[in-house]
Amino acid sequence: MDFYLGLIQIIGVHTLLGLSAYCVLLTGQVSLAQAGFFAIGAYVAGMLTVLAQWPLIPALGASAVVAGAVACAVGFPALRVKGLMLVVATVAFGEAVRLFFFNFTYQVQAGNLHLGPHGAEGFRQIRYFPQNGWSTFDVMLFIWVVVALVMAGLWWLDRSRVGTVLRAVGEDELAAQSSGINITAVKVSAMTIGGVIAGIGGGIFAHYTTHIEHAQFGVVLATFAIAYPILGGLSNVFGTLLAVIFIQGFLIEGLRFMGDWRNLLFGGLIVLAMNIRPRGLLDAGAVQALSRLFFSSKERSGA
Amino acid sequence: MLELQGVSKHFGGVRAVDGIDLTVARGEILGLIGPNGSGKSTIVNLICGLFPLTSGRIVLDGTDISDVPVHARVTCGVARTFQNIRLFGQLTVWQNLWVAQNSGEQRSQNFVRRWFGGSRGAREEIERTLEFFDLGRKCYELAANLAFGEQRRLEFARALSAKPALLLLDEPAAGMNAEEIDQLDNRIRKVRQDGITVLLIEHHMELVMSVADRIAVLNFGQKIAEGTPAAVQADPVVRQAYLGTTAVA
Repeated sequence: MDFYLGLIQIIGVHTLLGLSAYCVLLTGQVSLAQAGFFAIGAYVAGMLTVLAQWPLIPALGASAVVAGAVACAVGFPALRVKGLMLVVATVAFGEAVRLFFFNFTYQVQAGNLHLGPHGAEGFRQIRYFPQNGWSTFDVMLFIWVVVALVMAGLWWLDRSRVGTVLRAVGEDELAAQSSGINITAVKVSAMTIGGVIAGIGGGIFAHYTTHIEHAQFGVVLATFAIAYPILGGLSNVFGTLLAVIFIQGFLIEGLRFMGDWRNLLFGGLIVLAMNIRPRGLLDAGAVQALSRLFFSSKERSGA
Repeated sequence: MLELQGVSKHFGGVRAVDGIDLTVARGEILGLIGPNGSGKSTIVNLICGLFPLTSGRIVLDGTDISDVPVHARVTCGVARTFQNIRLFGQLTVWQNLWVAQNSGEQRSQNFVRRWFGGSRGAREEIERTLEFFDLGRKCYELAANLAFGEQRRLEFARALSAKPALLLLDEPAAGMNAEEIDQLDNRIRKVRQDGITVLLIEHHMELVMSVADRIAVLNFGQKIAEGTPAAVQADPVVRQAYLGTTAVA
């Protein structure tokens, strides 16, 4: 049972990571910096609950603010470059963050324990959940309340003029500028929102794994982050959720019985999925078919 | 209302636009014609701010806008269409117009209303524009799925969504049939009646000659003639450089 609860937790946290990349991807930017924001969120929230004895929720708030501020600061120079150059720039940023935490030591003695990040050995003993008597089920529930709130917020944003403008910038930057949209402001805002979401996700991640280290936040995690919204499609936020369930639930856990052959099939299945559904698992056609299933045509035309 | 003062744009050794003086008076329709490569589209791009000027100034209503960024010029009242249609293909017709509501007046609205709620005024404006361009029925279609003529109309509609004082139309009749050109002619006249100044770049001579009050002719980045349609048609320099030495279309 705990295995499944754990899996559901992983899916929840990775959904947050995927949604942070989703925001940025809406504006047409492929960013591999999301794992860096995720790492910053993880270390900030962990240090606040362990070293400063903060309760969890304010600590997550602080990690959201710090990660968002870093994303905003990174956004200005990084979003001046486009396409492949942006990918390279954001990978460089992610690696810089990882190497920072590789070298970062800030420990406090508490009894016979040393608490806090310890360079390459990582940051152990982030024991907020067990110390406060949260069961695995409680943690899972908490994660999914946060995921639901973030998804609801993004869903609403998506349907407001903000979402339309983000997508317009992703479609055609020149036309967006010529229609009076300040594309730098739009792209930096999207990056900031993405940073905030990744910060919250990272903060939660630090607490349910209880042990974080630099190696968890490398290029592989950044690749996963951007793969979720690309595989899921950009029609709406549920595409990303679907892709996380597909990758984490089916490809990574579901194929475990295949041993080392799993990784081979894993890559192959992603390529296959992208070929069968080039615009994402949940593309515009699928959304239309689903909404036809649930709403009468009258309601839809009024939407 | 718009003045180009000695405007030049050189791309390396190519003098795409070379020392042009051009004035557009408030409320007029100015036609801009010239052979391919004579610098017409470059002028539109310069007025919109897509490239920095090599030299000269662009003055709108007495203020120098030469250094104003692209998006801010829309707020100042300059909107455009593109020679090759550039719509937001995966957005609906409605959304294409919604995105473009960026005039100074629209910007001064309450921030929350403007970005998160839909104000009734904004909705009504979109509905009126759609009505005017006969696109009401296509409201929820994706722009990419429209027919060519409808896409041209939508682009015109999107430019008007920003409530411009000056509208730059870059070959709006390209690829249209006679009936569509007729409708376009009517719409340009109506837009002018609403007090919008129009700079029309067009290859289709019948349309320009019919709708424009004045015409400026470019060749090799320089202005070779300017005047009423009749005067320009009679000008021997224009005939030689552009319309050919025989008959006028």
